[in-house]
Amino acid sequence: VWLAAYGLFALSENSMVLSAAIFITLIGLIIYLHFVKIDQESLLVIGSLGIQVTSSYASGKESTTFIEMGKVKDVVINEAIHMQKVIYYLCILLQDPEDPQGVSEVVPLFQSSKPRLDCLIEVYKSCQEILEQRTTPPQSS
Amino acid sequence: MVLKVFFPSCCSSADSGVVIGRWLSEQSSAVVLAVLHFPFIPLQVKHYLGELQRATKVKVSVLGSWSNSKQEKEERLSEFLEDLGTIFCHEPWIQISKEGDSKFWSCSTLQKNSNNPKEEEIILVYYDQRKVMLSHLHPPLHTADGRAEDASRLSAIFDTVARSRVLFLTDRYDEGPIRLTHWQSEGVEASILVELLKQASVPACLLLTGLLSLLSGICRSRVLKFWPLSFLWSKLSTCEQLGHRLQHLQVVSSNRKAQTQTQLMRKANIFVSLLIDVALGMLLMSWLYRKNRIGHLADTLIPVADHVAEELQDLLQWLMGAPAGLKMNRALDQVLGRFFLYHIHLWISYIHLMSPFIEMILWYVGLSACLGLTVALCILSDIIALLTFHIYCFYVYGARLYCLKIYGLSSLWRLFRGKKWNVLRERVDSCSYDLDQLFIGTLLFTILLFLLPTTALYYLVFTLLRLLVVIVQGLIHLLVDLIDSLPLYSLILRLCRPYRLAAGVKFRVLEQQDGKPLRLLMQINPLSYGAVVQTYRLPTYSCYPRDSWASLCKKLFLGELIYPWKHKGEKQD
Repeated sequence: VWLAAYGLFALSENSMVLSAAIFITLIGLIIYLHFVKIDQESLLVIGSLGIQVTSSYASGKESTTFIEMGKVKDVVINEAIHMQKVIYYLCILLQDPEDPQGVSEVVPLFQSSKPRLDCLIEVYKSCQEILEQRTTPPQSS
Repeated sequence: MVLKVFFPSCCSSADSGVVIGRWLSEQSSAVVLAVLHFPFIPLQVKHYLGELQRATKVKVSVLGSWSNSKQEKEERLSEFLEDLGTIFCHEPWIQISKEGDSKFWSCSTLQKNSNNPKEEEIILVYYDQRKVMLSHLHPPLHTADGRAEDASRLSAIFDTVARSRVLFLTDRYDEGPIRLTHWQSEGVEASILVELLKQASVPACLLLTGLLSLLSGICRSRVLKFWPLSFLWSKLSTCEQLGHRLQHLQVVSSNRKAQTQTQLMRKANIFVSLLIDVALGMLLMSWLYRKNRIGHLADTLIPVADHVAEELQDLLQWLMGAPAGLKMNRALDQVLGRFFLYHIHLWISYIHLMSPFIEMILWYVGLSACLGLTVALCILSDIIALLTFHIYCFYVYGARLYCLKIYGLSSLWRLFRGKKWNVLRERVDSCSYDLDQLFIGTLLFTILLFLLPTTALYYLVFTLLRLLVVIVQGLIHLLVDLIDSLPLYSLILRLCRPYRLAAGVKFRVLEQQDGKPLRLLMQINPLSYGAVVQTYRLPTYSCYPRDSWASLCKKLFLGELIYPWKHKGEKQD
């Protein structure tokens, strides 16, 4: 952007072009930090309430999604073939309200941080521990 | 199953008492609505709860006990609280106690008829009562007044708090047998302005409804339905816009209270949109009339029209010569060129005839901008259409000529090859022609073929001009649509009170201590701006491109007349 602006300035002898270019770069940077660059992603699993996925951007903005436990069918590790390699990602399977055996939606997790398989396996094991508890209903009361 | 207690954060510092709320057994969660303080008579409490249940249709009951002891733990109080469990017999009886100023509370449950008494895990979730009461979950579930068995947990909780508004109307200054603590117990919130507006709005609505019915009666009368007038009304976009706004006014001024959330938001959106529209229109009007700009505008209008006509004449002269080095058929060129030149001459004299009245007309037309900015924009679009009417005429002439030529050419080309179009079977069949038919056909074909570049050029030039005008008009209409359909009230609500439009909730884990229940803070996750606009968009008579690019190009090639913007009828919702 700055190269083009300098070229324009050399042509038009108007210093406003340079300051406009600086302004545009600053605005672009702010937009990038606020909407595009994700600093950290976290997953909170509460056995009886649900699963909460948070991503926090570099500018401090946080975007959260909460999925109730009733809608969650399972948490699995999926494989995908991307260009020349195979990548693994963790995802939540949501239940179809009409068809109890079917899956209505797949929510991928950790899209920006893309942790590797060993990391994903640990997270997967902890998730499964909690999810198993909810499928055994209490006998008392 | 894990027991979840939803505790309002406003009751954290309340005195000891019993907690009342709703117990959702299928989710094993307790929604605490208020704390009832000592002293109370259990019979009166049950009576009060029965009344409340009838009023709100929410199954409110005494859920447990709450003890807030400023000093050390009092043994007698805890026994007393346990005895209360027998009086109010709720299964399970929840006991929450807070010591001093500690943040960590201890929670326990008492189960009487349980086969295997075990320590149940309890999760404490704090929520802001006022915000949850006022917020609406999206997407809204269509539940009737009865219980929805498959309602999600969160909507059940929101529903409970929202329907218990009656409970929150008693504050601590009320002289009753019951002393409650909830978010409004310091004093019921009300605002004088809102009350005054509510009182004033009823007669205003009646008046407005009366006026509007009169107006719509006049509009629909038979006088205006005769053929030339109705054709005119349908062509002018201003009338459509005015009709649209009239309908909006009718919706806003109707006397029935809005039943559901969506209806309320729609009414509010229409009202705010109308207000902003009229305000912007007044602003525009004041700017126009400030320094007699209307006079200046009218003065510059005639020279601009003249200038446009002169440019067109120059263009035609250029076409009549050798445009872009192409050699035209001299005779046809002159004919077409002279025809169009005469047309322009007529147009110019018409404009000059009108010129003394232009200023007055513009002045009165400008007054109608006070009806709203959208009306002013529509008038602008109509004025542009009227001023460029001659371009439209030229386009129609050129297109018809070109179309005829293309059809003739295609049919004669078939004759050239010995084929014919079979109308019955809609396909091309071979046919044997007589010699003189073939001779004349070939002659005509050659003539048309060599005259093609001339007509094609004229057609191209006028089509481009017409497309330019159409694009400008389309942009104006898009702007009008934007102003019409933007849900401003919802956007402002999302900006200032984001908890009212909720897409969901978010939980935050608070500090933990071993042995104490898990503490979570439940906050409302507001809807994103894009979702707000999508949910609450106002329906408009929007105009969008009728044809796809491919069919547009095909029509242009064949010379069919194009009307690229299609106006939908009123959307029925």
